[in-house]
Amino acid sequence: MTQLTHLQKLEAESIHIIREVEATSQKPVMLYSIGKDSAVMLHLALKAFYPGKLPFQLLHVDTTWKFSEMIECRAQIATRYNLDILVYINPDGIKKKIGPFTHGAGIHTDIMKTEALKKALDMYGFDAAFGGARRDEEKSRAKERIFSFRNKDHRWNAKQQRPELWNIYNNRTHPGESIRVFPLSNWTELDIWQYIYKEKIPIVPLYLAKKRPVVERDGNLIMVDDERLPLKAGEIPILKKIRFRTLGCYPLTGAIESEAESLEQIIEEIILSKTSERQSRVIDHETHASMEQKKQEGYF
Amino acid sequence: MTYQAKKLSSNDNNYQSESLNSDLDVFIKEQSQKPLLRFITCGSVDDGKSTLIGRLLYDSNLILEDQLAALTKDSKTNGTQGGEIDFALLVDGLAAEREQGVTIDVAYRFFETDKRKFIVADTPGHEEYTRNMATGASTADLAIILIDARKGVLSQTKRHSYIAKTLGIKHILVAVNKMDQMYYSEEVFFQIQQDYNLFSKKLGIENVSFIPISALKGENVAQKSHVINWYNGPSLIEFLETIEISQEQENQAFRLPVQWVNRPNLDFRGFAGTIASGEIRKGDQIVTLPSGKTSFVKQIIYDNREQISAVADQAITVVLENEIDISRGDIISKVAQKPEITDQLQAHIIWMSEDEMLAGRNYLFKTCNKTTSGVVTKIKHKINVNDLSQSETKTLSLNEIGVVNISLQEKIAFDTYDHNRTTGSFIIIDRITNDTVGCGMIDFGLRRASNIRWQELSIDKHAHATQKMQKPAVLWFTGLSGSGKSTIANLVEKKLYAVGKHSYLLDGDNVRHGLTRDLGFTDQDRVENIRRVGEVAKLMSDAGLIVLTSFISPFINEREMVRELLGHDYIEIFIDTPLNVCQERDPKGLYKKVKNGEVKNFTGIDSPYEVPQNPDILVKTDQLSPEDSALLIIKHLEDNNFI
Repeated sequence: MTQLTHLQKLEAESIHIIREVEATSQKPVMLYSIGKDSAVMLHLALKAFYPGKLPFQLLHVDTTWKFSEMIECRAQIATRYNLDILVYINPDGIKKKIGPFTHGAGIHTDIMKTEALKKALDMYGFDAAFGGARRDEEKSRAKERIFSFRNKDHRWNAKQQRPELWNIYNNRTHPGESIRVFPLSNWTELDIWQYIYKEKIPIVPLYLAKKRPVVERDGNLIMVDDERLPLKAGEIPILKKIRFRTLGCYPLTGAIESEAESLEQIIEEIILSKTSERQSRVIDHETHASMEQKKQEGYF
Repeated sequence: MTYQAKKLSSNDNNYQSESLNSDLDVFIKEQSQKPLLRFITCGSVDDGKSTLIGRLLYDSNLILEDQLAALTKDSKTNGTQGGEIDFALLVDGLAAEREQGVTIDVAYRFFETDKRKFIVADTPGHEEYTRNMATGASTADLAIILIDARKGVLSQTKRHSYIAKTLGIKHILVAVNKMDQMYYSEEVFFQIQQDYNLFSKKLGIENVSFIPISALKGENVAQKSHVINWYNGPSLIEFLETIEISQEQENQAFRLPVQWVNRPNLDFRGFAGTIASGEIRKGDQIVTLPSGKTSFVKQIIYDNREQISAVADQAITVVLENEIDISRGDIISKVAQKPEITDQLQAHIIWMSEDEMLAGRNYLFKTCNKTTSGVVTKIKHKINVNDLSQSETKTLSLNEIGVVNISLQEKIAFDTYDHNRTTGSFIIIDRITNDTVGCGMIDFGLRRASNIRWQELSIDKHAHATQKMQKPAVLWFTGLSGSGKSTIANLVEKKLYAVGKHSYLLDGDNVRHGLTRDLGFTDQDRVENIRRVGEVAKLMSDAGLIVLTSFISPFINEREMVRELLGHDYIEIFIDTPLNVCQERDPKGLYKKVKNGEVKNFTGIDSPYEVPQNPDILVKTDQLSPEDSALLIIKHLEDNNFI
């Protein structure tokens, strides 16, 4: 009899998870960050409900510092699949003019991302939110459940997680509490790229290498995406052939020098690469257990 | 040679990228078609589980430069290997774990070799986290059980083997670790092998393999060890790459647990779910259970298009020839090999909550896609996993395993767990906290369900009530001892009697002289007490009576159970009297006895009273006289057309 490949098994598991949430939650939403993992998650959701349409909304928490190509891509995807994408920007952050240069990476991420997300979830009353996080990304993620319970303050308690057995998930909540759901928990970065390649999923071109203007700061290559990037005295952006392994706020996302101009070359590069994916995220390096702490506070 | 090695060497020779393109396509295709093996690692604290996993990741080149740099730095400050690289730090993720130096939860790891992709559940060894091991084992095909060569087979080794077996893992690999500390002695290894075989035979585990390793030194992990030259078998990775993953579920009877009904428009009605086992083809005749209705498969949708057939593990949508009523939780099967149906079953359960399991308490049982309420009617025995002995018990506490009878509110379609892990398993959810408090594996259905039928009676509830010219109701008085429940209930009944209503008052103290005289005041006895009273109240309301019950009934859980049992007849009346007022009144002298230590488990003092969140009637006796309280209740009955 046919034996399923690991990609087919991962796909089936994710579809099962996505359907389970739709079947049992009052008001689910899919967090859509425009990155490659979100692209795969959206693709899986469209498959899960075919021939029907996506039965829930997408939510993008916009920090106003995303790469402009990401925002263009968001619009294209919405048109292409006829999707309803909610965009939420934390009004408090706008009022206080929060930004990564004026307030630092920590405060910017906290207010424009973590706080913004909590506010958006509260405002719309979503009781389940899909996220594209994977367990291979970071140590504390490796321990998180696929259905991850959050209390009324959106906090994660690592020591009081619900046991998760077989493919039977418990998403029961009291009013105000919620569940974060991670359909891609068991995927690796390589699986994601292989799947994008196999399924021809559209992605933001920033993942592919191209000559782009960058400055080097603290060992990170930061792309000059718009005029808001303050240049230090004598600092001149130079053109380098770069690409991104993850996408976030452009001032906080380091590029890597790369020759990989195609998906095939990306997959090849990942297999040969010697640094892990999250290294280019400036935010993770701040303190030793910083991701775990952020997660407790409600970060995805 | 691996692709990576090939590529790296061609890199040295200034390769031309064009010449590799076809290689690359082939490679990517190969990579995406590897089979998947899921396994768990388990062992006692300090057996070296995390070190082994760290080693597996390291040896399969998955430790990257930045991780290695962080690890080297970490090993100096937090490591237990005297500044040498401590592989355990790679996987001991949470900050709390680093402080304690032990793994505290299930962690999932990923690595791959040229032949397979692996998902590893790293499960903790110490006793209090058994529930996490069950979690990891539930999705695993194989278990690696680590034994410290210095210590041999420990009681926890047996515990882990028993859990692995109970959760249906067919293959066990015993990795005898820390061989380096026992001079790689063949005798030590064989002694452990003998000891373990004795135990595993008793357990009935069929496939057990043994490998001597040193995770720390890397002996027999990725490559075969040269030091352990008396051992001729495969290395650990070679073993994992080649062990046959059982195809059983694909050869089994077809099962599609319906997860979600897809109705995008009036012309399409599909049943979506993940195939638990077997194969389905277009045109096959199917039956849906528990309803037993049959139809034929008209369409199978998978991967956004129609397919001729589909197999186990695929998430599909089926469309049937004719419109039959199917909902989430039903199981679609073939006519020849149907699952069983029952609402009474025996199961092995593992308790996973700090709050002990009480027989008679109402819990939610979630099987594949179906959630129904039910009770554990009887705990047959619990199992001591160290020697497999059985003992009697009234409750199960955290990490205990028991064999129980369960009575469900609705019928479910199921297979026994040893036949089908997906359609034979369930989790148990606490109705109030919503936590997952246990898991279960179905042994078999109990015949009682099919033998005991409900006898239809000609004189039904409506007839009884009509004759008495009244509407049946159950006035459920709850509150602390001495709050005034019985006094007020008595007054209410007198008023009902005066206007010609037929009623009966079930009083807590009186009932304990007969119906529940065998019960004490522990939590599990209180639960059973309320269950019996609830059932009697139901019979009486069926007889057309207005029933008044006066019981402390301290737990939300049981009051909710009674509410569910009685439906619209149930009227919850909370007699809200502050504890100090009750203590002052002390009509039965009980609070005084509690104070003198003569009475234990007294509600409000050393046993909890869970305050009703939304009672139908709230009576504050510090503001109302008993007479006014009774009038308030009568008014509620009038306003709601009960009288």
